[in-house]
Amino acid sequence: MLAEFIDGPLWYFSLTVFVVGVTWRMIAVFRFGLGSDLSVPRRSAAGAGLMTTLRRFVPRREMAPRIRLHVVAGYLFHLGLFAVLLFAAPHVLFLEQHLLGFGWTPMPYWAFILTSQIAFFGLILLWLHRLMNPVSRLISDADDHVAALLTFVVMLTGCLALMEAFTGLRVLHRFSVELLMIYFPFSRLMHAFTFIPSRAFTGALFGRRGVDA
Amino acid sequence: MSERLEKGIQAMREQMDARVVSYFSSCVHCGICAEACLFFTETGDPRYTPIHKTEPMRKLWSQEYTFWGKIASKLGLSKPLTEEDFADWEMLVYDGCTMCARCSMVCPLGVDMAYIIRKVKEGLAAAGYSPPDLVAAGERALTIGSPMGVTIKTLEATIRGQEKETGLQIPLDKEGADYLCLFSSGEIAGFPEYIGSLAKIFKAAGVSWTISSQYFEATNTGVQLGDSKLAAQLVERVVAAAEKLKVKAVVSPECGHAYRTIRWDAPNLIGRPLPFEVVQIMELLDQLRREGRLKLDSTIEDRLSFHDPCNITRRGGVLQPPRDLLKLVAPNFVEMTEHGAMNWCCGGGGGVSSNERANELRLQVFAVKKRQLDEINVGTLVTSCSNCRHMLEDGLEDNEMDMELIGITELIAEHLAEESAGQKP
Repeated sequence: MLAEFIDGPLWYFSLTVFVVGVTWRMIAVFRFGLGSDLSVPRRSAAGAGLMTTLRRFVPRREMAPRIRLHVVAGYLFHLGLFAVLLFAAPHVLFLEQHLLGFGWTPMPYWAFILTSQIAFFGLILLWLHRLMNPVSRLISDADDHVAALLTFVVMLTGCLALMEAFTGLRVLHRFSVELLMIYFPFSRLMHAFTFIPSRAFTGALFGRRGVDA
Repeated sequence: MSERLEKGIQAMREQMDARVVSYFSSCVHCGICAEACLFFTETGDPRYTPIHKTEPMRKLWSQEYTFWGKIASKLGLSKPLTEEDFADWEMLVYDGCTMCARCSMVCPLGVDMAYIIRKVKEGLAAAGYSPPDLVAAGERALTIGSPMGVTIKTLEATIRGQEKETGLQIPLDKEGADYLCLFSSGEIAGFPEYIGSLAKIFKAAGVSWTISSQYFEATNTGVQLGDSKLAAQLVERVVAAAEKLKVKAVVSPECGHAYRTIRWDAPNLIGRPLPFEVVQIMELLDQLRREGRLKLDSTIEDRLSFHDPCNITRRGGVLQPPRDLLKLVAPNFVEMTEHGAMNWCCGGGGGVSSNERANELRLQVFAVKKRQLDEINVGTLVTSCSNCRHMLEDGLEDNEMDMELIGITELIAEHLAEESAGQKP
């Protein structure tokens, strides 16, 4: 009964909250508007915005010695997470059957174990840094910790579910994912979408002045 | 809530735009921005983390524009902004930030902290939480026409002195000239040779130029304070002076924020495009170089480096001209490890230099520039901002460092070919 609820109504509810919420948050960003810049640009703002959106995936060389931990942990977590999200066999199957109607070759079991451990390692490092570094500790709030905790639970239940010990673990994983999806639009997890306009705005402003930001 | 607090909060509300909202929605509180800020790296105090300096505005956004924030506010679960917050952030924002925007270059989410801090200043200024020195400078700018109280009589006396020094006539109020040159008060008072250097270079290159007795001040205390109304008033004075003399272009002097203001902020402050072109003096000198009108007959043999003023390079986009000019005159030019768009600030930008209570902190954070200079072991340091030059002088003296400091215009003028440099005294 509970499993059916989690697999059925709650899934559709969480999916709706996620899609509507994310869309609304993105609209909310742009509805504030932006005054037009009347200064004479040196070069195209649009091109510079696009370039900065891509360029910021790689940290600046000058910063490397000071931010190694941020960068390594950040990359381990995000790459591991996206690899598992898109290439773990049950995820591919789920996407094919419930959302997309087509699938692709999933990663082998050993690769799943490896990437999920990498993601775990990255997330734990980032979390420890948040708790122990004076700067992160000062600027972090409850949302940062709730988001990290929810992500951790989703990953943990996902790993357990893949071991296929018993059905309850799969249901627990689905439930935690649904909680995450409901929480997502109301939280800082929105950075997964808002980083695009954020980088583009900055790139455009600096770019029209002739600076590669 | 007091009236002044309400005014400040309302001013910040009016500053909320799509960029700010996208930034606050994106920031994951990683703290990378702190590692790019000299106030954090040199003090180790996490309160100087750039994104933390935007906290009043983030709090306002969170409480008034987000789902959880609105609920928490309605239930009385969140603490509203207080005058104490404003007083605390006045110290962080005006004393502990030069608006150099180095942090804005490194955020993985693309957050432009300097952009938000500028908006926080609007709120603080509206509520009357600004450093008294800066407020007084703003009043002098409005009433006398110069934040340092430099009058037209002082400028005229300086011009006469430079005419005597160079043997050249310096044009005042010449209608129809191509270029109107502005100055910072700091230049007139501290480095008057800049004016004489212009006279020599322009005479040699055949440039038509003038100075306006109506308005000559390039700096804009309104921008430093975060008072857009004052900033717009000061910009209008430049526009009126340029229009009266029917010049084609306005030359921004060796002053960082003056350039960023008149080149990039001015049209937006007054709500219309400028009726003239704006060039920074290095851009004009580089143009003369490219046209073959800048003839030099000697070079400086000293090992030297260039300090990039943040508002001219990182926030202004004038990156290559100083390097091309220095190649012409300084064969032993070396770069600091982090230069150009990633230079380290002198510590006195954004109005910090005009804020006496920040002096100790400013000299403390100069340590990063000292390290940079120690690494390259140069005998001369060139820059193109009189404010940076004053700050560098202070920092070098405080650290007992023996180094020549010179403005790039002056350096070029010193090496002009004899026959083209006009009459020498």
